[in-house]
Amino acid sequence: MEHEITLVVNGTARRVRVPARRLLSDCLRHDLGLTGTHVGCEHGVCGCCTVLLDGQPVRSCLTFAVSVDGAEITTVEGLARDGSERPSRPHGVEAMSAVQRAFAECHGLQCGFCTPGFLCTVTAMLRDNPAPTDEEVLEGISGNLCRCTGYQNIVKAVHRAAELLAEEA
Amino acid sequence: MTTRLFGEPVQRREDPRLLTGQGRYLDDLGRDALAAAFVRSPHAHARIRDIDVAPALDVEGLVAIYTWEDLPERVGRALPLLIPHPALTHGRTAYPLARDVVRHVGEPVVMVVATDRYAAEDACALIEVDYESLKPVVGPEEAVQGAQLVHEDVPGNVGAHLVQEVAGADGRGAREAIETAPHTLAFRLDIERSASMPLEGRGVYARWDGRDLRVYSSTQTSTSVRMAVAAALELPLPQVEVIAPDVGGGFGVKIVHPWPEEVLVPWAAMALGREIKWTEDRREHFVSSAHERGQVQYVRVGFDDDGRVLGLDVTILHDHGAYTPYGIIVPIVTSTQLLGPYKIGAYRVEFTAVYTNTVQVTPYRGAGRPQGVFCMERTMDKIARHLGKDRTEVREANFIGPDEFPYDQGMTFQDGRPLIYDSGNYPEMLRMVKELIGWDSFERRPGRGIGVGCYVEGTGVGPYEGGHVQVTSDGRVHVSTGLTSQGQGHETAFAQIAATELGVPIERVSVVTGDTRRFGYAVGTFASRAAVVSGNAIALACRKVREKALRIAADALEADPADLEITDGMVHVTGVPTASIPLSTVAVLANPLRYAFDDETAKATQFAGTTSPDRPPVAEGEEPGLEGRGYYSPIRSTFASGMHAAIVETDPETAEVKVVRYVVVHDCGRLINPMIVEGQIHGGVAQGIGGALYERMVYDPHGQLVNASFMDFLMPYATEIPHIETAHLETPSPLNPLGIKGAGEAGVIPVSAVIASAVEDAEGIPIDRMPISPSELFDLRGSRAE
Repeated sequence: MEHEITLVVNGTARRVRVPARRLLSDCLRHDLGLTGTHVGCEHGVCGCCTVLLDGQPVRSCLTFAVSVDGAEITTVEGLARDGSERPSRPHGVEAMSAVQRAFAECHGLQCGFCTPGFLCTVTAMLRDNPAPTDEEVLEGISGNLCRCTGYQNIVKAVHRAAELLAEEA
Repeated sequence: MTTRLFGEPVQRREDPRLLTGQGRYLDDLGRDALAAAFVRSPHAHARIRDIDVAPALDVEGLVAIYTWEDLPERVGRALPLLIPHPALTHGRTAYPLARDVVRHVGEPVVMVVATDRYAAEDACALIEVDYESLKPVVGPEEAVQGAQLVHEDVPGNVGAHLVQEVAGADGRGAREAIETAPHTLAFRLDIERSASMPLEGRGVYARWDGRDLRVYSSTQTSTSVRMAVAAALELPLPQVEVIAPDVGGGFGVKIVHPWPEEVLVPWAAMALGREIKWTEDRREHFVSSAHERGQVQYVRVGFDDDGRVLGLDVTILHDHGAYTPYGIIVPIVTSTQLLGPYKIGAYRVEFTAVYTNTVQVTPYRGAGRPQGVFCMERTMDKIARHLGKDRTEVREANFIGPDEFPYDQGMTFQDGRPLIYDSGNYPEMLRMVKELIGWDSFERRPGRGIGVGCYVEGTGVGPYEGGHVQVTSDGRVHVSTGLTSQGQGHETAFAQIAATELGVPIERVSVVTGDTRRFGYAVGTFASRAAVVSGNAIALACRKVREKALRIAADALEADPADLEITDGMVHVTGVPTASIPLSTVAVLANPLRYAFDDETAKATQFAGTTSPDRPPVAEGEEPGLEGRGYYSPIRSTFASGMHAAIVETDPETAEVKVVRYVVVHDCGRLINPMIVEGQIHGGVAQGIGGALYERMVYDPHGQLVNASFMDFLMPYATEIPHIETAHLETPSPLNPLGIKGAGEAGVIPVSAVIASAVEDAEGIPIDRMPISPSELFDLRGSRAE
C-alpha cells in the first residue's frame, strides 16, 4: 500500500507517493531525483546518507520516508547559498556554503562519495558549536567513514569552515 | 609566468560538482532503468541440486529470472583469466552465474530483473535453491594439506607455484649463504585478509538501443570492460561504449573485470530491450567482490656482524580464495618488492598460491607490497635486536647507495620486465625520517615505542596510456585519456600538465577520463600508474599540439616558429608581446571552413583570404584541427620509495594501541600537485593503520564471513587516525619526460611494518602477525609472563 506524504526538501514542498517500506534515502534519490545523498552501507554505520531532518543530522538509510511526513529536510543539494538544487552547470565556488568552500580549499575530499554526509554533519555541528576544539571536531565527525582522505584534511576543513563562518557572521 | 602550474597545489577542478551533490556516480544514473538483484550462495562450498523459481513468479514487478542454464553459450562461459602466467598452472575463474558448484559464500546463482530493487529482492527471497553442501576449505594452511579440494581438478588446491632465486656476488644461492652466515634467524609471519572497501560499491548500468550498447560501470578500467563485454556478447567493438562515471573509490577491487554483473546486466539489457541497472549493496561487496593481503610467510635469514644480509630465504603461502581472475600478480609483487631499498646478498623466494572456499583475492592498494615490506622490515628489526644494534643502523648497512642507480635486483617484476630501480636516495631519506620523528632523542619507556619502515614501490607499469588534446575555436583545451578516476584528482593534475605544456590558463582546460567515446585505448588505473603513464602521454600530446600551433601562428605572424612562445593562451614572438595571435584564432586557422558559425570562425572560411589559393587548404600530411594524440609506453616501471616512522603508546590495562605520531618521507619524483600527493599519502596511511590494528576478514570454519558489515569490519574513523606529518624528497625518474613516479599506493605500504616495529619496541614482545588487536596483544603479554 502506498502513502502520500509531503517532505519540505531544501525549502520546497514535495508531494510523493511511497510504499511504507521506502527508505528516506531511496525516496530522496530515486523518487525526487536528488542523488547527492549517497548510500554506502545501508545499515547506518558509514554516514554517507546523512541529511538534516528538521535541522538535525540523521541517517536517511535508516529512516522510512513515511515516518517523516511533513518534516523539513536539507540535503547536500540545498547547502549552496544560491539555493538552486539542480543548476544546469555545477555551482561556482562563490555560490557554495562556507563548509563546502572549506572542503575544497583544504582538499577535504577525494572520491567525493562520503562527502555529502560529512557536509551535512559539519553544517549542523558548526551551527551548534561555531568554534569547536580539535577534540570536538573529531567527536563531531566520528560517525562518518571516509576511505580516501585519512580525515586529516577533513578536520582541517572543519576548522577552516568555522573561520569562514565567523568572518561572514 | 602565470601558466606555470606543474608542481603547484592547485585546488581541484572536480570539487565544485562533488561538493554540491552534482556528481554522477553509477547509481545516480538510469533513474528509469529496471533493477537487477542476485540470489547468492549462502554456502562456502556446495553442489546445486535444483533451483525452483516458481515461488517468485507472482511477485509484482518481476520482469525476468535467469540461471546459468538460461545463458547463451558465449555469455555462460567461465570469466576470462585476465593475466595468465606460466606459473599459474591451474588458473580457475568463476562462471557469471554458478554452474553446478558454488565455491564461496556470495557467489551469484540467480539473476532477477524487476521494476525496482525492492521487487527484485522480494523475488530473490522467494527463489529456492536446493544445495548439497560440501566440506569447505578455509585458510591457506588447511588448503595446502589438500584433504578437501576447492576445484576437483586442482590437486592439492595449488593454483600456482613459483620460485625466484638471485645468487649472491660469490655465486652462491641463498640457502647456502644462510648455512655459512655468522648469524641466522628463522621465523614465521602471518598477515590477515583485508579489502579495498571503497564507500561506493560496484555497479553496472546498461542501455541497448537495438544497435549500440552503452555500459556504465563503476570500474577502474572502462576500455578493458568494453573489450570483455564486446567479446562476451559477440558485438563488434565499435558498437560498444563503456563509461566510468564518477567513481566512489576503487583501491584496486574495481580493476577486476569483467565482473559477472558486467556481463550479465548488459546481456539482459539486450535480451529484454530495456535499460537495466545493478548497484551492489554493502553485504554483496563483502562476500562477492574481492579481498587481499592474507599470507603466511616462513623466513630464514643469514647475516654478518654489521647486520648485512648475506642470504634471505622466504617461503610464502598465499591464500587466493576461490578463483584467480587477476592471475598471481599479488604474490609476484610480494616476492619482488619484498627487497625494498636493500641489496640482499642472495635471495630465494618461493610462493604457493592456494585455493580456498572464500572470496577471491585480487589487488588491494599496495597489491602484495604491504606483506612483502612487513616481511623485510620485521627481518631488519629482528636482525637489529639479535645484534643489539639500532634498527636504522641495520637498515643503513643494507641500503643501495645513491650512486648505484640504475640498480638491477636480478628478478622479474610483475610486468614481466627486469626489476631495475631507476633512481632514489635511501640514506638521505632515512636521515630525513629520523630527524622528523626525533629518532635519536626518543625517550623509550614501557608502553611507549618507536618504529620505522622502508619500502620501494614499482609504479607506472605499462604497457601504455594515451592522451588526446584538442584546442577548439573558443580557445578551450579538451584533454582526454582512457584510464579512469576514483578520486585521485586526475581532472586537476592532468589539467596542470596540459596548462603548463600549452601555456594556457588552467580554467580553459577540461579533462575527461574513462570514457571510451572520448578515448578508446587504455589499460586502467592501478599500480600507481595514472600520473606516470597518462600524465606523460598527455604531455606528449600537448607537445604535438604546441608544435602545430607554433607552425600555424608563425605563418600568420610571418615569424620563425622557433621565435614563438605561448603565454596565457596567446602565441607571441618572444620578447614582443604585441606580435601575437590568440590560441583560439590558431585553432580557427587550423580548420579551414566552408561555413561560419560565429565571427571567429568566419576567419577560416574560403573567402577570408587566410589561405593561399595556390595550396590545398589542408596541406599534404596535415590534418584539420588543432589537436594531437600522444602515447607513453614505459620501458619498465619507475620506482618510488618512502620511509615512515611512528610513535605508539600501549595501554597497560586494555592493551589498546594508540598511534601518537606518524611521519612520512616520500619520494615520487617530481610532484605535479603536492596537495593531491599528500592527500593520497594521508588516505593510504589511514588504510594502513586500519590493516595494522583493526581490519580483518573473519571466516569461521564453515567458510562464513562473520563480520561482513561495517558494524563488524572495523574501518578507522577520524578518531583512530593520527595527524600525519609529511616531507618530500624528489629524485626525478630518468625514465619518463616529466620525471615523475607514482604516488597512489605509497601511504599504505609500510604501515603494518611500522606499527609492528613500534609496538614491539613499546612492549618488548615480538610482533609477528598483523593486524594486532588489543586482545591479541593482551594475550601476547600473558604468554610472555608465563
